[in-house]
Amino acid sequence: MFVRRVWPSRPTFEGSFGEFDQIRREMLRLLGTSGGDAGAEPGAGVFPPINITQDDDNFVLRAEIPGIKPAELSISALRNRVAISGKREIPREHERVSYHRKERPEGAFNRAVTLPVEIDAERVDARYGDGILTLTLPKAEVAKPRQITVKP
Amino acid sequence: MAREASTDVEKAEPSNVPAAPEQTRTGPVYSPAVDIFENENSITLLADMPGVKASDLEIDLRENVLTLTGRVTPSGTAKESNVLREYRPGTFFRQFNLSEAIDQPKIDAQLTDGVLRLELPKVEKARPRQITVRSA
Repeated sequence: MFVRRVWPSRPTFEGSFGEFDQIRREMLRLLGTSGGDAGAEPGAGVFPPINITQDDDNFVLRAEIPGIKPAELSISALRNRVAISGKREIPREHERVSYHRKERPEGAFNRAVTLPVEIDAERVDARYGDGILTLTLPKAEVAKPRQITVKP
Repeated sequence: MAREASTDVEKAEPSNVPAAPEQTRTGPVYSPAVDIFENENSITLLADMPGVKASDLEIDLRENVLTLTGRVTPSGTAKESNVLREYRPGTFFRQFNLSEAIDQPKIDAQLTDGVLRLELPKVEKARPRQITVRSA
């Protein structure tokens, strides 16, 4: 008998991003209570916001961190955990200026995410451009799915 | 020294600006976080627009309304499936009313690592003059 899986309808994350978190995000999104930064995906509320995608071989992590020097970012990876930390400083305008608006956030940040499978920490690739940090995290060989051929 | 902010720069309110044309692209529209400050010579605007390339950024100033539009092209390939999604690429859009006369040909815009720095120099006549009082 085939059992149709209705839920989860999308790939879920074992570990820190469980199904409940996913449901909570969806609920908040429906209610439109993103709070603060209009239009931001709810549930995060932390800096920087992170998107993670995967294909067969890699996870790709993208984080919106505008206006930081790559040297001020610290990235570490161990087994199935990736941590990003750094400090965003907005240089002072030392001339005599009067501020009308000051909305851009600054300060130290620190985020760690747990991935569903182990990654090959040696081959992690990090790039920074246009305010987006992109980490390519290759899945560890042992974690890759094997194709199994059925013999007649 | 913190000087009291004057009202030279105001966010364009719906009441005093004709309604902006609707976006033709679907997807979310974000209001970028900005810092705005001014000195005697110019107004400077800094805006966080992560993911916007210089070619996808439009800056428009007409009838004292400054319009910033930055488009983000979604990154990634079709093969990738979402694991965690905290932000959605969209369009950055924000408008401001500028009351000071701006020297339009001298406007300078720079986009570095997702941060726009826009220098809006004031025209000569809008700059404050120091008037020295001579004693007779």
